[in-house]
Amino acid sequence: MSDEDKRLDEETGQYTTGHSYDGIEELNTPLPRWWLWTFYATIVWGIGYTVAYPAWPMISGATAGVLGYSSRAEVAEDIVAHEAKNASLVDELVAADIAALDPASDLHRYAVARGASVFRAQCSQCHGSGAAGAVGYPNLLDNAWLWGGTVDEIAYTVEHGIRNETADARYSEMPAFGEILTREEIAALVSHVQALPNGGAGGEAETLYLDNCVACHGDNGEGMQELGAPNIADAIWLYGGDAAAITQTITNARFGVMPAWGQRLSDADVRAVSLYVHALGGGE
Amino acid sequence: MSETSEPLYAAREPVFPRRVSGRFRTLKWGILIVTLGIYYLTPWLRWDRGPNLPDQAVLVDLAGRRFYFFWIEIWPHEFYFVAGLLIMAGLGLFLFTSALGRVWCGYTCPQTVWTDLFILVERWIEGDRNARIRLHKAKWDAHKLRLRLTKWATWLLISVATGGAWVFYFADAPTLLRDLVTLAAHPVAYSTIAILTATTFIFGGLMREQVCIYMCPWPRIQGAMMDPDTLTVGYRGWRGEPRAKGKRRREMSAEAERIAAEQAEKGRGRAAYRSTPYPGIDGFDLPETPVVETSGPGDCIDCMACVNVCPMGIDIRNGQQMECITCALCIDACDEVMEKIGKERGLIDYLALSDEPRERAGAKPRPIWQHVLRPRTMLYTALWSLIGVVLVYALFVRPEIDLTVAPVRNPTFVTLADGSIRNTYDIRLRNKHGDDRPFGLSVKGHPAFRIELEGTVFQTVDVNANETKLQRVYVIVPPSADPATADVTGLRFWVEDLTNGERAYKDSTFNGREG
Repeated sequence: MSDEDKRLDEETGQYTTGHSYDGIEELNTPLPRWWLWTFYATIVWGIGYTVAYPAWPMISGATAGVLGYSSRAEVAEDIVAHEAKNASLVDELVAADIAALDPASDLHRYAVARGASVFRAQCSQCHGSGAAGAVGYPNLLDNAWLWGGTVDEIAYTVEHGIRNETADARYSEMPAFGEILTREEIAALVSHVQALPNGGAGGEAETLYLDNCVACHGDNGEGMQELGAPNIADAIWLYGGDAAAITQTITNARFGVMPAWGQRLSDADVRAVSLYVHALGGGE
Repeated sequence: MSETSEPLYAAREPVFPRRVSGRFRTLKWGILIVTLGIYYLTPWLRWDRGPNLPDQAVLVDLAGRRFYFFWIEIWPHEFYFVAGLLIMAGLGLFLFTSALGRVWCGYTCPQTVWTDLFILVERWIEGDRNARIRLHKAKWDAHKLRLRLTKWATWLLISVATGGAWVFYFADAPTLLRDLVTLAAHPVAYSTIAILTATTFIFGGLMREQVCIYMCPWPRIQGAMMDPDTLTVGYRGWRGEPRAKGKRRREMSAEAERIAAEQAEKGRGRAAYRSTPYPGIDGFDLPETPVVETSGPGDCIDCMACVNVCPMGIDIRNGQQMECITCALCIDACDEVMEKIGKERGLIDYLALSDEPRERAGAKPRPIWQHVLRPRTMLYTALWSLIGVVLVYALFVRPEIDLTVAPVRNPTFVTLADGSIRNTYDIRLRNKHGDDRPFGLSVKGHPAFRIELEGTVFQTVDVNANETKLQRVYVIVPPSADPATADVTGLRFWVEDLTNGERAYKDSTFNGREG
C-alpha cells in the first residue's frame, strides 16, 4: 500500500485504500475513531486482566495475578460461608432429641439433606449410593435391622460401628459350627432354617436348632437385635438365602465389621446421616 | 491527509437535526410518551395477589425465581413462555420489517426514543439547528459552558431515572426506592443504575446515530427482511429530479419552455436524467433510465430540509441507505416545503420500490394493501399467531396442581422382611398459592397397590405457600400379588388439592421381582 496507489473513485465519490488485487480496488470507508480507541481500550483491559488474574503459564503453574484470586479459594470461602450460615442449624441438630424430631420440620429437612451428602461421601462405598447394600453389606432401605432401626439405634451403630476395635462397638460373634457339628447335622439345620417361615422341618433338625441356635436366633428364627442376630425366618438374607450360602454361614460363621464413624464424623454429621438412613424407607 | 487519500479513521461528524412538525412527528411524540410512560411507570403498578406474595404488577424476582405479570405467575420450569414470547418478538419484527420497513428502528427502538428525548432537551436549552451549529463552533466562554452544563445535567437526570427505573422491575419498587435513597440498597442495584446511567447518557447524548450505524446488527439484518414491495421511506426521484433552486431553476424552466416550444413545432420530445440508484433491484440500477416527459426542473427545490431534519445526518435523496432508520421526519419536512411552493405532497414518502416503474410511467402506485398482503407477510402473521395461540392456550390449561414423579431406580425395588415388594418415588408438589395447602396422594393401577408416605402415617402432604415440596412415596405390594411377580406394572398417582378438590395425576411404573 502506498499513497501513489490511492485515488478518488469517481463512481462512488470515495477514496481508495491503495489495495489493488487484479485491478479490484478497495474503497476506504473510514471507521469511526471512537471505534479505534475502544479497540485499544479492550487491549489495555485484556493486558490488565492478565495482570490482575492468574493468566500467564509458567514452568510450574501460572502467574498468580495481583488480586490473588483462585477458584479453589473461592470454593473454600463459599464452604466456610455456607457453614457459617448453617451454624445455628448445626447447633440445633446437635442439641436436638433426634428421635423426636418432627419429619416436617426445617431442621429435619436440613439434617436429611446434610446426611445425604455424608452418606454419599462416607457410606456409599459399602452400602451403595442408593443404600441398597450388597452381599455382606446390609440393605438400608428395607425394614429388617440387625441392630435396630430406630433413629437412636442407627445413630449408635454409625457412631460406634460393629465388631471393630473400639470399646463401645456393637459386638457379637457367631460360632463356626463346622468345628462343632457334623456335615450331616449342618445339612439338617439348613433344611430347618429354610423351612422356618413354614414352621420348620421338625424332627432331629428342630432339635439341633433348639440346641444350638435358639439362644440368639429365637424359637421361630426371629433373631435378636440386642445381639445383632438376624431374623432368619424373613425374606431378607445378608449373605444369601440359598442352601449353599446358609451352609457356609453355619459352617464358618460370619463376622461383618463396620468402622466407628464417631471417630471421623462430627456429632452433627452422625446425627444427620442417621436421620437420612432412617428416612430411606425402613426406619422403625 | 494528502489530496488523494482519506485517513482510515474519522471523527464523528456532529449532526444537528432541525425542528420539524407534521403528522409523523406528532405520531412519534405520541409513541415517545407512551413507551417512556410504560417504561418508567410499570414498576409502580400494584396488583393484589393475597398474602405471602408480592403486590407488584410486574416483577422479576430473581432470588425467588418467579416472574409476576399481573395475574400471571411464571415459575422457572415454565420458562418456555419467555422463549415463546421471544420467538413472537422476533417474528413480529420480521413481519413489521417486511411490510413496513424499519418501523421498529424509526419509532420504537429505545435508542431512537431516548435520542429523540435527548435532542428535544438539547433544542430547549441550546436552540434549534442554526443556534446549535453556532454554539458548536463558538469558543468556550461562560455562555457556552452554562448551556452545555445545563444540557448535560438534564441528560444526566434522565439517564439516572432510566437506570433507576430498570432496577425497580427486579424488586419491590417503593421499598427499593427508600433503600436507594437511604443508601441501604444492595450494591448490585447501585452498579446496575450506574452502568445504565452511563450507557443512556453516552448512547442517547453523545453517540446517537453512531450506535445505529456501527454497533447495531439490525441495519445489516434488515436487508434480508425487506423486498421491493416493502413500504419504506423513499424519495420519488422521478418526480424530484433534476433538482434545482434559485437562478439555476429559473434558467432550467426557461430552457424547458424553449425546448417544449421547439418540440411542439417538431411534434415530440424527451429529456433524460439519471435514476435514483437502488442497487440490487432489477431495472433500478441502469445508469440511464429510458427518457420520460419532463418540463424543466423536478419538484425538488434542493432546499435541504430533508437533510437538515435527519437525525442520522444522511440525504434520503441518495436512495436506500443502511443508515436510514425510517423515522419519517424527512417526509414531514418535505411535505411542509411542497405545501409552501404549491406542489403535491409526497416527494419524500412511504413508498414501495416496486412501484417506481409505474410511477415513472405516470400511473398511480398500487394500493397499500396490495403491498402489505403478500405471501411473506401472511406467513409471518400465521406463524406469529400460531405461537401466540399456543402460548395463550398453554397459559389457560396450565394445571393448578403441578407435580412431577421421579421413580427411584437405585435400586429398582426393595424386598421387605415379609417378602413384599416396594418401589420408591420422589414426588415434587408445587403449591402456587399464597397460602399453605394440604394435598392428598393416592395410587391407582392395581388393587394390590398400597401407598405410604415417608415421615408420616397419613396420605396427605402439606406444602408451604409458594413452594415446592419433595415427598418420598412408597408403593408396596404383597409377595404373591401380580405386580410383585411381574416385570413392570403401570400405575397412576392422583393428587388432590384438599382445599378446593382439584385433582391431577401423573403416570409411572412399578417394578416387580422379574424386572
